[in-house]
Amino acid sequence: MKWLMVAIIVGSTVLADLLQSFEMKRYVVAAEDLRPGRLAGMLRGLAQRGPLVVAVFFMAISFFAFMKLLSVADLSFAVPVTAASVALETVLARLVLRENITALRWAGALCVACGVALLAM
Amino acid sequence: MQLRPGARRVDLKTKLLTAFVVSTNVLGNFAMSWGMKHQAVDLGLSPLAYIRLIFTPWVLLGTSLLILWLLARMTLLGWADLSYVLPMTSIAYVFSAVLGKVFFGEQVTWQRWLGTAFIVIGIVFVGLTAANTTKEETAR
Repeated sequence: MKWLMVAIIVGSTVLADLLQSFEMKRYVVAAEDLRPGRLAGMLRGLAQRGPLVVAVFFMAISFFAFMKLLSVADLSFAVPVTAASVALETVLARLVLRENITALRWAGALCVACGVALLAM
Repeated sequence: MQLRPGARRVDLKTKLLTAFVVSTNVLGNFAMSWGMKHQAVDLGLSPLAYIRLIFTPWVLLGTSLLILWLLARMTLLGWADLSYVLPMTSIAYVFSAVLGKVFFGEQVTWQRWLGTAFIVIGIVFVGLTAANTTKEETAR
């Protein structure tokens, strides 16, 4: 059950993050939109974007799977192990989102992935 | 909602938003975990059990913080690369391990501390790169 939940969390998180990153770069939220008076308008705008709605759906799946995982595993296991998505998402950021990932950033992502693997042991 | 090209350097607002994303994530997960560990009901796979659980105080607090985290992170993903945001916000894993040890008495082995060190080094590396490397976007 524990590892099934981890797989569900990682898979749905990867899909949600790719969709969010893609869509949020098309319409960037300005810092001024984060003020309380403008927040409602910003939320309405976000709710009208299809890819974001799908991303939130995947995040909801990830959220409920995470709740289940927390009920059967330690916090210090559950949180880091779900970061296995970092390595996968960095590769997909290059391939799908066409981000320019320098050697330093690859090295950093690799360090984080190794660290996550150690935390999960 | 205003449209603007993505910023190329890591400015103060990006750093502040990154800190906010990390804080809401760590506190939200902590509150959720606290609530889950202090509930006596076996969740099973029933959706109703999960929905009932969401409205218990600690889980509700955790859920609220994680909703804030979701919105802040969405905004951050518009300002910076996914491959920048992911490692930079990974410090949350370290804080979660520390909170797990301090408040829940979870055992943090030397492997976990070594993993923590790797994550911090990785964050430093990624922090030295530009936040946004994709082409500047135009409005549809």
